Amino acid sequence: MHKASHPLSLHVPEPGCRPGDKPDFSEFVIPKAGEARKPAHNATAQSMRDMAFSIVRVLNKEGEAVGPWAGDLAIDQLKSGLRHMMMLRAFDVRMLTAQRQGKTSFYMQSLGEEAVSCAFRMALKDGDMNFPTYRQSGLLIAGGYSMEIMMNQIYSNAADPIKGRQMPIMYSAKDHGFFSISGNLGTQYIQAVGWAMASAIAGDTKIASAWIGDGSTSTSDFHAALVFASTYHAPVVLNVVNNQWAISTFQGMARGDAATFAARGHGFGIPSLRVDGNDYLAVHAVAKWAADRARSGLGPTLIEHVTYRAGGHSTSDDPSSYRAKGESSAWPLGDPIERLKAHLITLDAWSTERHAQAETEVMDEVRTAQKAAEANGTLTSGKSPSSRDIFEEVYAEMPPHLIKQRQEAGY
Amino acid sequence: MRMTMIEAIRNAHDLAMGEDDKVVVFGEDVGFFGGVFRCTAGLQEKYGKNRCFDAPISELGIVGAAIGMAAYGLKPVVEIQFADYVYPAYDQIVSEAARLRHRSGGDFTCPLVIRMPAGGGIFGGQTHSQSPEALFTHVAGLKTVMPSNPRDAKGLLLAAIEDPDPVIFLEPKRLYNGPFDGHHDQPIVPWKKHELGEVGEEYYTTPLGKAEIVRTGMDVTILTYGTMVHVAQTAASEAGIDAEIIDLRTLVPLDNDTIEASVKKTGRCVIVHEATKTCGYGAELSALVQSSCFFYLEAPVTRVTGWDTPYPHAQEWDYFPGPARVAQNLKKVMEV
Repeated sequence: MHKASHPLSLHVPEPGCRPGDKPDFSEFVIPKAGEARKPAHNATAQSMRDMAFSIVRVLNKEGEAVGPWAGDLAIDQLKSGLRHMMMLRAFDVRMLTAQRQGKTSFYMQSLGEEAVSCAFRMALKDGDMNFPTYRQSGLLIAGGYSMEIMMNQIYSNAADPIKGRQMPIMYSAKDHGFFSISGNLGTQYIQAVGWAMASAIAGDTKIASAWIGDGSTSTSDFHAALVFASTYHAPVVLNVVNNQWAISTFQGMARGDAATFAARGHGFGIPSLRVDGNDYLAVHAVAKWAADRARSGLGPTLIEHVTYRAGGHSTSDDPSSYRAKGESSAWPLGDPIERLKAHLITLDAWSTERHAQAETEVMDEVRTAQKAAEANGTLTSGKSPSSRDIFEEVYAEMPPHLIKQRQEAGY
Repeated sequence: MRMTMIEAIRNAHDLAMGEDDKVVVFGEDVGFFGGVFRCTAGLQEKYGKNRCFDAPISELGIVGAAIGMAAYGLKPVVEIQFADYVYPAYDQIVSEAARLRHRSGGDFTCPLVIRMPAGGGIFGGQTHSQSPEALFTHVAGLKTVMPSNPRDAKGLLLAAIEDPDPVIFLEPKRLYNGPFDGHHDQPIVPWKKHELGEVGEEYYTTPLGKAEIVRTGMDVTILTYGTMVHVAQTAASEAGIDAEIIDLRTLVPLDNDTIEASVKKTGRCVIVHEATKTCGYGAELSALVQSSCFFYLEAPVTRVTGWDTPYPHAQEWDYFPGPARVAQNLKKVMEV
């Protein structure tokens, strides 16, 4: 037995590099594209344990789709996937600028993570329900939701469907399978499991999809969701978007030095795997596999999307104050748009010229939506929601004390 | 027929589940065993495991999952085994259930009932005795209910289940078997021998937001709810004071009209609750009464409550605002 001669010290994890350091991802093990096997839908968590430590990748360096997870998307689907991601990126550019111009209070972009939400959406069916965080706008864009309505929400203008009640990007779109975003992190994860349980109770065929970031896996909600999903075999896909950063804390703050986020599923007997989140084809294939499992009554799947938050957390932080310069371009999984573009070019279905043309088209479409939205007002000018709306819908029927307060407020 | 409060609550569940297959019931020990207080006994057998089932020990999980179910379109009725255990679910209740309708512009709603036995008098110490109603009445978007007898427990629970918004349903556990009046050294009359144990077998609702005057009087108005309704009645009778006693039944929305009319009539107001005093629901009642009845008041509005301490175990009856303490305050108010 050791003598208690050394005082104890607390281990506080730090990322490999901070501002002033040279970005270094050399310790990040990246399996070759096509290497990962594709288990049967009814595979047990135990039988595919290794997949929580590897990464499913389809697109190789040459832009070719390889391995057992390749081949489930036709060229037209790939083209529309590329368009969705480009649209989301253009949307983000315009809205980020709008925020800088003072047209709204806040914005959060999906830069670098576009494939995760855009590809995932295409594996779902109408009627399925996502319980998103603030970085899955691609679910709406890829689902064909109106960009103008999204902007109305961002501007909290007179046409905002949620009547100016929430900060920008806290969308709610039930008809498009998009649950109201909370802003309190993690809460939606267990709600998604409850929604999926309800679908099973009702004998429905719909599935739910839960979303959480690497940092928020620390919440009790995440743990509760895994317990409930595993206990009741809920038809839910549990997504962890590991974009490496939770504002200024790196993913190791939530994960420690242990295992992976996907491996969290093992303690619950939930089949768990990691996917290259910047590979549109891989995300789609894994999402489809997990959605099929849920829909067949095989229960939950945990997917860790390995990606990188190329932008700031929000418009309220400056990543250069906590991340090494150039870390984003050093990120070894590349850019999701560039990779899908390269793939389509290898298939002779796309070209650099066509891409440049598409960029213009997409930007025009976003501009048109923005113009239409701004005609309904912005946060700081033009038409606004009524202040009467503060008091509406707190309850289905306004109780006497709120009627009194509304009158007192002069509405 | 005569029912205990437990049987009345069970009966309400039974009728709601029979009426509407969207009603699902779950919580810790709720399914096979029928709940530690037996409020859900027999429901799993009758309606199947899909409609009434056990949950893992996670209040956050129970409420969070129920919110998802409500958003789907079911009507979950969940049990938190003791109100003292609800805190891990507080974020889900406050930030999620309470605000879902508002924050989504009515896109999603949360018709959800969260039942929980509350209050002391059972030697439950600090973790099985609390009355956390003020933590819920303070939250916009929630309704908070506390019945004081089997007849109301059934009607209010059915109204809560029908309600399109989240309802916190606090059950005074000391009243489960009879109208406990604070005389802990005396046997209680079981509900089966009490007229308020007479519960209609049919489906009926007792509207939320409506108080009941359980005793009319001229001297002083007592505003109270839950167990204290019975304590107040005994205290008034022992003090020989002609009190008008109002059982609020629903704390939010509050039946302010009934309160105002009564206090304007009596000119005095004593508020009685078991929960701690500071920022308790009595503080809200007191503020409302003084602003609406100021020129009618002949004495300061007085609160008789639990002390601002954790609920003790051995010293339970020195904490509990029993009939002697209530009577003493009634007399004091009458002397002004």
